[in-house]
Amino acid sequence: MRSQHIKASLLAVATVLTVSAQAQQDSTTAGIEAYREALQDGNPADLYVDSGAEIWKKKAGPKEASLEKCDLGLGAGKVKGAYAQLPRYFKDTNKVQDLESRLLTCMEKLQGVDTAPIIKAGFNSPQKADLVALSAYVSSESKGMKVKVSMAHPKERQMYDLGRRLFYYEAGPYDFACATCHGQDGKRIRLQDLPYIPSAEGAAKGWTTWPAYRVSSGQMWSMQWRINDCFRQQRFPEPIYASDVTVAISSFMAGNSNGSVMQTPGIKR
Amino acid sequence: MANPMKIRAASKDGVTEIKILMNHEMETGQRKDSSGALIPAWYINEVKVELAGKTVLTAEWGPSVSKNPYMAFKVKGGKAGDKVVCSWTDNKGEKRTDEAAVS
Amino acid sequence: MMTFKKKTTVALSLIAAMTAGTVFAAPPALPKDGSWGPGAGDANFDAMMQSGFQNKGIATTDRLKQDPTQKLCSNPVLAESPKTAALREKLQAENEASIKYPSDGKWMGDWKNGEKIAQSGRGLTWTDKAGEANGGNCYNCHQISKQELSYGTIGPSLYNYGKLRGNSEEIMKYTWGKIYNAKATNVCSLMPRAGSMGIMTEAQIRDLMALLLDPESPVNK
Repeated sequence: MRSQHIKASLLAVATVLTVSAQAQQDSTTAGIEAYREALQDGNPADLYVDSGAEIWKKKAGPKEASLEKCDLGLGAGKVKGAYAQLPRYFKDTNKVQDLESRLLTCMEKLQGVDTAPIIKAGFNSPQKADLVALSAYVSSESKGMKVKVSMAHPKERQMYDLGRRLFYYEAGPYDFACATCHGQDGKRIRLQDLPYIPSAEGAAKGWTTWPAYRVSSGQMWSMQWRINDCFRQQRFPEPIYASDVTVAISSFMAGNSNGSVMQTPGIKR
Repeated sequence: MANPMKIRAASKDGVTEIKILMNHEMETGQRKDSSGALIPAWYINEVKVELAGKTVLTAEWGPSVSKNPYMAFKVKGGKAGDKVVCSWTDNKGEKRTDEAAVS
Repeated sequence: MMTFKKKTTVALSLIAAMTAGTVFAAPPALPKDGSWGPGAGDANFDAMMQSGFQNKGIATTDRLKQDPTQKLCSNPVLAESPKTAALREKLQAENEASIKYPSDGKWMGDWKNGEKIAQSGRGLTWTDKAGEANGGNCYNCHQISKQELSYGTIGPSLYNYGKLRGNSEEIMKYTWGKIYNAKATNVCSLMPRAGSMGIMTEAQIRDLMALLLDPESPVNK
């Protein structure tokens, strides 16, 4: 009788300990959620949106021209809603391009800028700063609009399929693929929840919230920057800025996100 | 002048809520660059906010305030159309003043 | 089945074809035969990978070359197919053959060091320097001690690992094997092959073993 009583007490204690450990864990993640919600108001990304809007209008390059005639897919100079439909096929370059790739095209064609050094430069460099600010600006002009990424052109579908194959591609000393972290539902790395990117909801979690301001580093990150750092953590070599590798993985995420609402620019921990 | 700040203000039921997002590095002076040298301290140390010509907030800040500081506060009074003026000074003596109308 | 005049049938299929590929209503399923879609065959994919990456720091493009285990596990359809069952067995055996057990027969080191290794996520990225000790990255995916609340859930909880299993020689060997090369027992495991890939040294693995199996380790309290 006495041993049963002890066993029952031990079980009760064990349950309480497990429950309080769980409660502690839940209160940790709940606390972080509350912090993330509080961050939404007063997003420093807005400062980059303003700066990007100015860069869009500023005359630059050997041709002394602004980017105001840049065609982001909806016609020359039309910025509103353009980000929600990227990546897409462009007739003039005969390829599928994401925002940053297309901005480079416009800088070359409209402004006569040599983009090779910009492509080579690190994300923290002044050369990349304009592109980051422009990303914040252009993405903000699609805030509240539905993702509508076309797969009608064969090259668009091809880019999606290449991106999907890349998503599952394991390589490097860790055998990591994008799928290692983002290929199952309901997981997290440390305390960071990981969206399940092959699904519509998971892809949308990522695709509709970058570019974003990262509070922990005080930096504004474009989507190319976010992709670059993912490959770094995968222990891969570095993806070339605006290469097909980067456009493909964006096409995969964007294609899966169709119908979801753009919330860019976002704010992250 | 230094980088512009974003000011939003709205009045409701006799209370005006003012939200200000400032553009500043707010360097603590404790960080080191890649060569190991200390990055000099550079932060806003004085803030003043006026509503309809009257000072409603003054603040003395230090290096513990984070980069791109965001401040939101409520003031009794104020109405749509009133002018909100925010000025800051930093430890290097740089200044910035911006204004917006209460909506 | 309703029959239509030929013109109507053609018109209807055209409309279906036009609207079908325009925008995805939901993500399309992977082809059941393990292929990737018409434009994403080996030639196009390899060309994209070749032109899309560059060396940076210690992270060089030769890392993109896959070994047979990576190649199989990169295809979620083929990795689970009955067609590759024999290949999975073969690769597990190859991974197992690469496991080097401790040269001096000593299974465990210092759990205090093991905790430091488990906490560190450093190593092998292009911002890391050659010759520096790598971290184990363990807390990124696993719960380990009770005190550390910042843990991931990609892998199972390792809390009370030793307490639940004991310290038998069999458990020692199994645990060492898991850390050294988790793909020996589960070929498409998400866990990096710490020993076989040279991520952890023998001494570091001993310290991780102690973290999991030493009765004095906080993991087992």
